[in-house]
Amino acid sequence: MVTIQISREQVLDWLSEVPDPEIPVLTITDLGILRGVTVNEEVVVELTPTYSGCPATEVIEQSVIDVLHKHGVENVSVKRVLSPAWTTDWISAEGRNKLREYGIAPPAEGASKRELLHGKHSIACPRCDSLNTAVVSEFGSTACKASYKCTDCLEPFEYFKCI
Amino acid sequence: MNRDKALLAYVSRLGDNALILGQRMVELVAAYPELEEELANANFALDFIGQARMFYTYAAELEGKDRDEDDFAFLRDENEFRNFLLIEQPNGHFGDSVTKLVLFESFYLLLLEALGHCSDERVVAIAMRAEKEIRYHLRHNTQWLVRLGDGTDESHERVQASVDSLWQFTGEMFAPDDVDNVFEAEFGGPDLFSIREAWEANIAIVLADATLAMPGDQWMASGGKQGRHTEHLGYMIAEMQYLQRTHPGANW
Repeated sequence: MVTIQISREQVLDWLSEVPDPEIPVLTITDLGILRGVTVNEEVVVELTPTYSGCPATEVIEQSVIDVLHKHGVENVSVKRVLSPAWTTDWISAEGRNKLREYGIAPPAEGASKRELLHGKHSIACPRCDSLNTAVVSEFGSTACKASYKCTDCLEPFEYFKCI
Repeated sequence: MNRDKALLAYVSRLGDNALILGQRMVELVAAYPELEEELANANFALDFIGQARMFYTYAAELEGKDRDEDDFAFLRDENEFRNFLLIEQPNGHFGDSVTKLVLFESFYLLLLEALGHCSDERVVAIAMRAEKEIRYHLRHNTQWLVRLGDGTDESHERVQASVDSLWQFTGEMFAPDDVDNVFEAEFGGPDLFSIREAWEANIAIVLADATLAMPGDQWMASGGKQGRHTEHLGYMIAEMQYLQRTHPGANW
């Protein structure tokens, strides 16, 4: 086997291709679930789950292994880290823009503030930016989203819940 | 009971509560008359099963007998499950399910907050992850309890009956046994006495909002934490474990 010297930056670059299977416009880097990369004889990738029961966790772990194999990195392991717990505050600015363009309202920032969990803030419509929006359902197609509608442009849209 | 045994028992018990409640909620998947509640229930069930997996994975590592999360869920018998009796009660009608969730999750949220300050790093990590999820559940379920209690005469009457009949299963949550005591002393675990005070205060507010009467002191059922269950758990486990018992090691 030929050992190729690879840099951490190169690995990070490759990993930024890995999409979230449920919201494919976002990569794991945008989502903030990529918590660390160590490159030695083995490449160790640290990931954190968004929700305890997120069914995408295993898919993402496999995608990370696949993408590194594709680039010739054979010795890969994925480590699941739980602490500190993922928060929507870790979604990057670029990720927030991508979500908005995709039609999903990005989560409010400052999730550590408990009052945000009580929904006492306005969510802007990703289509017309109006703040006159209403909750249709606290739950949506995946654990991380709620359903809203805009009372101005009438667009129904999903909101990435703030946790 | 020594420190290691208490930690294993404590973590595995947290997994049992999460799994058994998650499984109960799975029984209701595709049974809700309305899409929002259908999604809520399925999402909540998924959170509980995810939490059970994290607790069981840790328990299996602590045990060191080459078992995994699936062995804990599918290959243990009824008396090895140490979940609360409250959790295993049948779903009943919607008011029963909502009441059960509010009674348990009000306790569980306080417990997880306290566990976030214990000295075992892994328990802290899981508790802090789970706490965020339960906070979201509880907000939703509390709104429903208030809506049903302060709703029509019929919904009020039926949900008051739910509170009255489930109340007898709440005492067990706060009754410390050896596992709780050793975990508290050795790992800075939750003090169930102060959790009880906070729980009673919170529940009193919710019930008052819901115009429901809070039951007084009464006889409390117990035994779940020691593996002595009501008749309902066995049927549920039989169904849940059927596939692994019939086709050991089956996967896809």
